[in-house]
Amino acid sequence: MPTADGRRDGADGPRPVNGRHSALTLTVNGTPHALTLDHRTTVLDLLREHLGLTGTKKGCDHGQCGACTVLVDGRRANSCLLLAVAHDGRRITTVEGLADADRLHPLQEAFLERDALQCGYCTPGQICSAVGVLAEAADGFPSHVTPDTAPSGAPVALTADEIRERMSGNLCRCGAYPRIVEAVADAAAAGAGVGGR
Amino acid sequence: MRPFGYLRVDSVDEAVRAAAGQPGAQFLAGGTNLVDLMKLGVEAPRTLIDVSRLPLDRVEELPDGGLRIGATVRNADLAAAPVVRDRYPVLSQALLAGASGQLRNTATTGGNLLQRTRCGYFQDTAKPCNKREPGSGCPAVDGAHRDLAVLGHSAHCVATQPSDMAVALAALDATVHLHGPEGERTVPATDFHRLPGDSPERDTEIRLGELLTAVELPPPRAGARSRYRKVRDRASFAFALVSVAAVLAVRDGVVVHAALAFGGLAHRPWRARTAEAALHGAPATEEHFARAAAAELAAAAPLRDNGFKVPLAQSLAVGVLTELADRADRAGRADNG
Ligand SMILES: Cc1cc2nc3c(=O)[nH]c(=O)nc-3n(C[C@H](O)[C@H](O)[C@H](O)COP(=O)(O)OP(=O)(O)OC[C@H]3O[C@@H](n4cnc5c(N)ncnc54)[C@H](O)[C@@H]3O)c2cc1C
Ligand code: SF4
Ligand code: FES
Ligand code: FES
Repeated sequence: MPTADGRRDGADGPRPVNGRHSALTLTVNGTPHALTLDHRTTVLDLLREHLGLTGTKKGCDHGQCGACTVLVDGRRANSCLLLAVAHDGRRITTVEGLADADRLHPLQEAFLERDALQCGYCTPGQICSAVGVLAEAADGFPSHVTPDTAPSGAPVALTADEIRERMSGNLCRCGAYPRIVEAVADAAAAGAGVGGR
Repeated sequence: MRPFGYLRVDSVDEAVRAAAGQPGAQFLAGGTNLVDLMKLGVEAPRTLIDVSRLPLDRVEELPDGGLRIGATVRNADLAAAPVVRDRYPVLSQALLAGASGQLRNTATTGGNLLQRTRCGYFQDTAKPCNKREPGSGCPAVDGAHRDLAVLGHSAHCVATQPSDMAVALAALDATVHLHGPEGERTVPATDFHRLPGDSPERDTEIRLGELLTAVELPPPRAGARSRYRKVRDRASFAFALVSVAAVLAVRDGVVVHAALAFGGLAHRPWRARTAEAALHGAPATEEHFARAAAAELAAAAPLRDNGFKVPLAQSLAVGVLTELADRADRAGRADNG
C-alpha cells in the first residue's frame, strides 16, 4: 500500500520528520499503520502503548525472557529489542493475529487443551515462539540438540528435547514447562507447522 | 534512552560516508546488543546508521573452496546453511549454542562479532568500569568475577569476550573484512579481538567509522573434523562459562592438524597455540591431549572466584579432542574394512 507521499512501503526507508522522529509504515496483523514515531520506540512499546495491542507482554525488556515474542515477516523475534523505525515496511504478527476469525490457531487450541499455563503472563510469547518453532523445524532449521547426522535442510522432527531446546528463549516463572512442551508436541503432531509461513 | 537520529543506508559506500560525516554515529544491525545497551545507558549514539538491510546477507562459496559470509547474514540462517553444517560444523554448533531462537533470527554476523562483554559492572552505569569509562577503575578485579577471565587479563580489565561464534571463527582461521573511510582491509579473526592491556575500552581492532562487511573462511582442512562444546550454568540460553572449538585431523593415529580455541577464558577467543604445537605429530591419545591442554593452561592466572574454569577448560578440551579422534579412528577403520 503506498503511503501518503506515494512511497511504496519500506522501499525507501522511513521519512525523517525531525532529528528524532520519522514517519513509517508497519503492517500489524494484516493492517497497515502509517505512524510518526520517536526513534526510541520499540516494536513492543508501539504495540502496547500506541496500538493498544496488549497481548504481547513486557517481562524483562532486555531479550532475556521471551514474553514479548512476535513474528516479523513470519519469523519469531523479541519485540523489546526491535526499534520500530528499523522495521518500516515489515509485517508483524502478534498473539491477537494468530486466530482465523473465530477459529483459534492450533497452538492456542493445544495450550488450552493441555492447560499449559498458570498465571498466563508468558503465554502469548510462548505461543508466538511456538508458531516460529514449528515453521523453523518444518523448514529444516537445526537446533543445538539436532544430531549432526540429520540431513541439512530436511524437516526436523520435534522431539521433547528439540522442543525444550528451541523454546529455551521463553521463560515461565510459574514453571508450566512440562505442559508447554506437551502442547507444542501436540500441535507439531497435528501438522500445524506446515504452511506456517 | 537519549534521543537519536536515524538513517537507513542501502550501500556499503553510503554507510561508510554517513558514519564519517556524523560524530557519535553507530551502526545498527539486529540491535539485540546495541538496543539493550542503549536502554541501560551504556551506549548513547547520536545517530544510528541502519545497516541491517545492506545487500551483505549472502553465504557464498569462493573459487578456492572457502566461504564468504556477509555481515548481515542472520545467525539462524548461517547456522542452518547446508554448506556450513556440512563443511564447518564447529561454526554451526557454536551459533546454535548461543542465545535463543528468537535472538538468532535477529542477530547478524557483524553484530555478533562486535557484541560487548557481559561483565555486570560494564552494564551498570552506577559503577566504575575502565571499559565503559576509561580511568574509572575495575571493580571486577576484587568483585563479582566468577564468570570473567583467567587468561590474558590485566589489572585494568578482567572481562571476557562473550560471542560463541567468534571462538569457532578463531579455530577456523577466518578473516574479518572491514571497509572504512581509508578503504578496505582484512584482519585475521585470531587478532580481531584484543587483550585488554591498559586500553580495555577497545574490544577489537575495528577503527572508528569502519564497517564490518564479511567474514571469510579458508577451505576446510582435508580429513579434519570439527566440534564446538560449551559449558554453561543451565542447559540452554546462557553465556559460556567455558567453551572449546576444535579442528582435528588424524592420520595413522597421529595428529596432522590441530586448531584449538577456548571461549569464556579471556578478552578474546583464546587460540591455544602452545597446545597445538604440542599436539602436532603426537599420538592422538587422551594422554597426549591432556598434556597439550595442560601446557596451554599453565599460563592461567585465575581470580579469587573463577579458579574452577581452569580444570573445566582442561577436561572440556580433552573431551572434545578425544571425541574427534575417536570419530577419525572409527571412520579410518570403516574405510579399511
Ligand atoms: C539474553 C541474551 C542472551 C544471549 N546469549 C548469547 C550467547 O549465549 N552466546 C552468544 O554468542 N551471544 C549471545 N547473545 C548475544 C547476541 O549473540 C548478540 O546480541 C548478537 O549477536 C548481536 O548481533 P546484532 O546484529 O543484533 O548486533 P547489534 O546489536 O545491532 O550491534 C552490536 C554492535 O556491533 C556493531 N555493528 C553491528 N553490525 C556492524 C557492522 N556490520 N559493522 C560495524 N559495526 C557493526 C553495532 O554498532 C554495535 O556496537 C545474547 C544476547 C541476549 C540479549
Ligand atoms: S572487567 Fe572490564 S568490563 Fe568489567 S568492570 Fe572491569 S574494566 Fe569494566
Ligand atoms: S520482554 Fe522482551 S525478552 Fe523479556
Ligand atoms: S504461566 Fe505464569 S509465567 Fe508462565
